[in-house]
Amino acid sequence: MKKRIFILILIFISFCLQCTLFKALSLGKVGPNLLLMLTSIFGFMGGKKDGMFAGFFAGLFTDILYGNGLIGFYMLLFVWAGYVNGMFNTLFYPEDIKLPLILTTCSDFICGFLTYVFLFLLRSKLDFGFYIVHVILPETVYTLVVTLLLYKPVLLLAGLFDDDVPGERKAKDV
Amino acid sequence: MPRVHIKRQKFVMPGRYILLIITILCIALMLLTFFTDAVSGPLSYVANYTIVPVERGLNAIGERFSLRMEEWQSLKNVLSENEELKKEIQDLTLEKNQLIADRYELQELRDLYGLEDRFGEYDKIGARIIGKDPGNWFSVFLIDKGESDGIRKNMNVIAGDGLVGIVTEVGPDYSTVRALIDDASNVSSMVLSTSDTVMVTGDLKLMDSGEIRFSQLSNQDSTAAVGDEIVTSNISNRFLPELTVGYISSIETDPNNLTRSGTLTPAVDFEHLSTVVVIRELKVTSDLGEDQR
Repeated sequence: MKKRIFILILIFISFCLQCTLFKALSLGKVGPNLLLMLTSIFGFMGGKKDGMFAGFFAGLFTDILYGNGLIGFYMLLFVWAGYVNGMFNTLFYPEDIKLPLILTTCSDFICGFLTYVFLFLLRSKLDFGFYIVHVILPETVYTLVVTLLLYKPVLLLAGLFDDDVPGERKAKDV
Repeated sequence: MPRVHIKRQKFVMPGRYILLIITILCIALMLLTFFTDAVSGPLSYVANYTIVPVERGLNAIGERFSLRMEEWQSLKNVLSENEELKKEIQDLTLEKNQLIADRYELQELRDLYGLEDRFGEYDKIGARIIGKDPGNWFSVFLIDKGESDGIRKNMNVIAGDGLVGIVTEVGPDYSTVRALIDDASNVSSMVLSTSDTVMVTGDLKLMDSGEIRFSQLSNQDSTAAVGDEIVTSNISNRFLPELTVGYISSIETDPNNLTRSGTLTPAVDFEHLSTVVVIRELKVTSDLGEDQR
């Protein structure tokens, strides 16, 4: 429970920062995707349910304020991202930074691609090459850099609020 | 160890079922919110008292910082600028006197024709931008005024003398504005000099150059050219007439030879926008339902 509250608060804070601070820090009008990074991290760190929990709220916040009347799209995207990342829970070791980097990068790329397909391709914006070079890839790279910087702090913080007995964690996510 | 025993017995729902439930819930929500406004009302109340105050606070801090930075930078330029401005004032005073004379004449002529002064009579309210879309795909932003300040969906948002966008969602103390440069934005406009109607569409592809696209300009005998002002059209059902949209920066004939299209530079600098003005007047009073997607 303690951990869930921690996840919720962290998602809340990063949502607020992503809409304000990271918009000011954006390079070439592209900012990092903190929410997806956190969803992904909580996914492979805590399992599918933690990932879905983080994704649910990350998506919900985005949908309510910036969904333009369509609630559910980002929620669906983020919940799935959390679940899929949760499947890699068994491969996760806190000391290893390669897996987090690979997973957040892949998640960001795939989510960017899906956003393009559903929100742009369906409005007959066909120039995929342009969007991949100017939006999806820069965002992925930026998120990768942010993950590199924030992964350890998030890990440390999460350790403080972890209320699972280590042996029990794996059993829960079968 | 009785406690462990109880825990083992407890039913734990597998992750994939939760995923399935949430997926169905999301799809249902999407359908529901796409066709009705049933859910967004209560949810916007929740957001109003949680996220919006925090974003407002963060924005205030950020603004204070950027103000300090600007103060430092500008101090250097102020002295030289002062000299230039003093010279300019002399020129402008002359011009002003002339304009005042013209204005009286205009007023007289208007009175004669019985025309009302269209501009400046709108009921307006200033608002601060407190947050921007967290993704990189759309140009949607949040302002700190909402329903309690008399803002309604589809009200026009301006800054300086140019159109900024339109209110798409309204919460109790916040509203969401879709900018002109947003990829999903469409504004029915016209060329001021020739009154040809055009469609102004935001385009993510032109975002870097800060321009927007226009299309469907008739090629028949239109004399519209680069530099012409484009304003919102009289026939638009969401935008009030004759708000400046921008100025044509390039123009070319479409392959079908019937229409022309091109790009225009918006009158508003979207990069450095921090405050906007909402016109508290709707073009139509009836709810059009679907937004300008």
